[in-house]
Amino acid sequence: MPKDGGPNGGIGASTTRREDVRFLSGTGNYTDDINIRGQAYVHFLRSDVAHGRLNKVDTSEAAKMPGVVRIFTGADFEGIGGLPCGWCVTDKHGQPMQEPAHPVLAQGKVRHVGDPIAAVVAETPEQARDAAEMIELDIEELPAVIDMKAALEDGAPKVHDDLTSNLCYDWGFVEENKDAVAKAFDEAAHVTTLELRNQRLVANPMEPRVAIGDFNRATGDHTLYTTSQNPHVIRLLMGAFVLGIPEHKLRVVAPDVGGGFGTKIFHYAEEAFCTFAAKAVNRPVKWTSSRSEAFISDAHGRDHVTTIQLALDKDNNFTALRTDTHANMGAYLSTFAPSVPTWLHGTLMAGNYKTPLIYVNVKAVFTNTVPVDAYRGAGRPEATFQLERVIDKAARELGVDPVELRRQNFITEFPYATPVAVEYDTGDYHGTMDVLESMIDRAGFDARRKESEARGKLRGLGVNCYIEACGIAPSNLVGQLGARAGLYESATVRVNATGGIVVMTGSHSHGQGHETTFPQVIAEMIGIDASMVEIEHGDTDKAPMGMGTYGSRSIAVGGSAMVRAAEKVINKAKKIAAHLLEASEADIELADGQFSVAGTDKAVAWGDVCLAAYVPHNYPLEEIEPGLEETAFYDPANFTYPSGAYACEVEVDPDTGKVEILSFAAADDFGNIINPMIVDGQVHGGIGQGIGQALLESCVYDEDGQLLSASYMDYAMPRASDVPFYAVDHSSQTPCTHNPLGVKGCGEAGAIGSPPAIVNAVVDALRSGGHDIYHVDMPVSPSRVWAAMQG
Amino acid sequence: MPQVSMTVNGKSATGEVEGRTLLSTFLRENLNLTGTHIGCDTSQCGACTVHVDGKQVKSCTMLALEAEGAEIATIEGQAAEDGTLNAIQQAFQDHHGLQCGFCTPGMVMAAASLLKENPKPSEAEVRHHLEGNLCRCTGYHNIVKAIMAASGQDVSAIAAE
Ligand code: FES
Ligand code: FES
Repeated sequence: MPKDGGPNGGIGASTTRREDVRFLSGTGNYTDDINIRGQAYVHFLRSDVAHGRLNKVDTSEAAKMPGVVRIFTGADFEGIGGLPCGWCVTDKHGQPMQEPAHPVLAQGKVRHVGDPIAAVVAETPEQARDAAEMIELDIEELPAVIDMKAALEDGAPKVHDDLTSNLCYDWGFVEENKDAVAKAFDEAAHVTTLELRNQRLVANPMEPRVAIGDFNRATGDHTLYTTSQNPHVIRLLMGAFVLGIPEHKLRVVAPDVGGGFGTKIFHYAEEAFCTFAAKAVNRPVKWTSSRSEAFISDAHGRDHVTTIQLALDKDNNFTALRTDTHANMGAYLSTFAPSVPTWLHGTLMAGNYKTPLIYVNVKAVFTNTVPVDAYRGAGRPEATFQLERVIDKAARELGVDPVELRRQNFITEFPYATPVAVEYDTGDYHGTMDVLESMIDRAGFDARRKESEARGKLRGLGVNCYIEACGIAPSNLVGQLGARAGLYESATVRVNATGGIVVMTGSHSHGQGHETTFPQVIAEMIGIDASMVEIEHGDTDKAPMGMGTYGSRSIAVGGSAMVRAAEKVINKAKKIAAHLLEASEADIELADGQFSVAGTDKAVAWGDVCLAAYVPHNYPLEEIEPGLEETAFYDPANFTYPSGAYACEVEVDPDTGKVEILSFAAADDFGNIINPMIVDGQVHGGIGQGIGQALLESCVYDEDGQLLSASYMDYAMPRASDVPFYAVDHSSQTPCTHNPLGVKGCGEAGAIGSPPAIVNAVVDALRSGGHDIYHVDMPVSPSRVWAAMQG
Repeated sequence: MPQVSMTVNGKSATGEVEGRTLLSTFLRENLNLTGTHIGCDTSQCGACTVHVDGKQVKSCTMLALEAEGAEIATIEGQAAEDGTLNAIQQAFQDHHGLQCGFCTPGMVMAAASLLKENPKPSEAEVRHHLEGNLCRCTGYHNIVKAIMAASGQDVSAIAAE
């Protein structure tokens, strides 16, 4: 397909976004903007201790407070399903993971600060809050486990009394390789070992979560409006596993959603509560999270503690890799939590390199903290960070150029089957690195460093690569790996009688711009203007069953489903055109919105064919049905493998330890690209979050399980003045070989690829100042850097 | 409940509020002006930014009653009557200065007040002015670029789109 966009705003055009108009004029429709006549408001009373036995929840005084409609406690949810986990990991002994119950409201015990205990439904949000303060709690505080290694010690307090320990699973991958990896380490010429932490983060989409339950007593229909990345998944999980509502009686709507970054994938207690309570009190029930509440109730991300080892031979070829990670699950298993440190992490440990032997061990641990699940990149940033950091350390130990060490070990032939069970279809790692090197003027670095030194600053350059697995995922494969869901995507292409098109997609946009990019694809396929195409998403009553948006899957999987449905539409339209033109179907060509007979000037316009489909007077009714609407479900044959090379230049102030990012360059290979402007924006946003992780953000608990970083006063979000302009290039393009658009996905790359570049640069800067330092943990805050410099 | 009256986007507005009702809540719930967003409860995200008597204010830092008699401008009043975007809004669209759109109303209102005081701000001045406005989607690149473009500066040399 052409990649210049063409005259119609097709593939390759940097079309500005149509959704912007409503967002820029204050007329978006976010969940909290929805008010339903007669709605009541819920306030959740949450645990302020990390671990405790709930002896008594006395709501009698609270119930007398003004405006109270009803107060719910765990007792109201006895016998109702808990929140399900969507992925079962099998441990290295072949046993299923330990899977605790996750009640909607706490039953018997509270297990983290923020665990909901009771829910007050009242006429106003203020009345609900006031009444919640009157609930009398008798909680017997129990010792909490916060540190993962302490949680695994004998005699550690158990988060869940009915489990054998705090170990969710002990995963070995690939277990059969373990001995061969050990042998390769014994025979290595050099071994580099690095211990590091990939700190706990909070995703922090700017829109806090909201849920509104509504129930129609006359029809028995439930509706849930929610801030979700995947309304169908919520419908299935909540309907089938929690509340027992069949899907035809349950509609889930995720309207405009103000960012997700993973944390709005999961099914949350508040969604189930509002749906349940709307029926129980026979009124719509609305919950709007405050930011403080979000910090203790949104699933967190990352939180891995890792030791990684790289073995090299005497020629600096990588011969083996071994990594040992403790991954924090928090107090319960959030929807996809078990998959993140395993299948989204272990399978990426080969990175861009032809390391022949790899062994990954992951111990997932329960602690008295907020559950941890996918956050932008999910497992892949953790894999990339440790791999790219250990390679950088190896280069410094060996005194070789970090870029050359990487290049020497690059995979160069595709398809490439890694020793960690995935097969990369395409890539050009040297080509992408060439692009990066052309962006960063490495030759001039020494002069820049001298210039910094003249000002008393230490300058560092950090480079790294990344690979990610996106476009998740082949359903049969993930089924074998423990997924309890399929990961296809769906689309219905509905052509109207006068030729306009509505595409109903199971993908969901919460900032990605589907309403602009998806029509670009249809415009390209048919040769009509993109303005003739509208996208509908986010309503289970409209779109066919789809799996939503995460894992950079929208265009690779959702876009592919749309292409398949559009192909069916075009095939049928060609039959109609053949009839109208009295020609053979095989001779019909579609270009620029015209069906023509090859080699003749006979043609019929797209709009006329559409009209014929709906006004079938002159129409082959004996062969085909009227109408022009098709649905397709697309199940990908493989993951896609975007890759890239990133570079960062920093200056460190040796007096204060403060790190300033001077420049950041990203060279990515996303395969084909639909809208370059939007792709750039995705990379910018990912890098912004990566800088946040590398320099600023950290979610911190004290030893009692109190969250110390529970607001924007204490959790340092990146601000405009913390980041530079980024240089972004995606001209290195090796199209995906197994989806119709040749696309790979771009949503997470920036967040995956940027933290190691920054830390590599800081280490480079510090070493140039004579400090014998190989690593500083993230966030690389002034105090950490300063402490590292003091030895 | 006490009554409060103010002018919002040139129209007079009156409502009953509790003493503790914030201006942000009043705009959203009483006046149904839901373009003003609430992103935090510690007055640090800037999603709720409006203008009060011509000054940039986080509407969650003010009680509705404190706005008695004030002139308030919100995102809903920025475009022309026929919906045509103003120069700042248009620059945000042209330069992809928004993704999810949640921070956007606050960003546009903050930018408007910056450009009123400083018609040709430098990159550093733009970044400094946005100190109180968080965006989680864009990495700020295109927001800064859009604001500089809205001020009439040539931004074509800034890397990428
Ligand atoms: S809502 Fe006002 S600053 Fe966050
Ligand atoms: S565009 Fe989403 S928070 Fe700024």
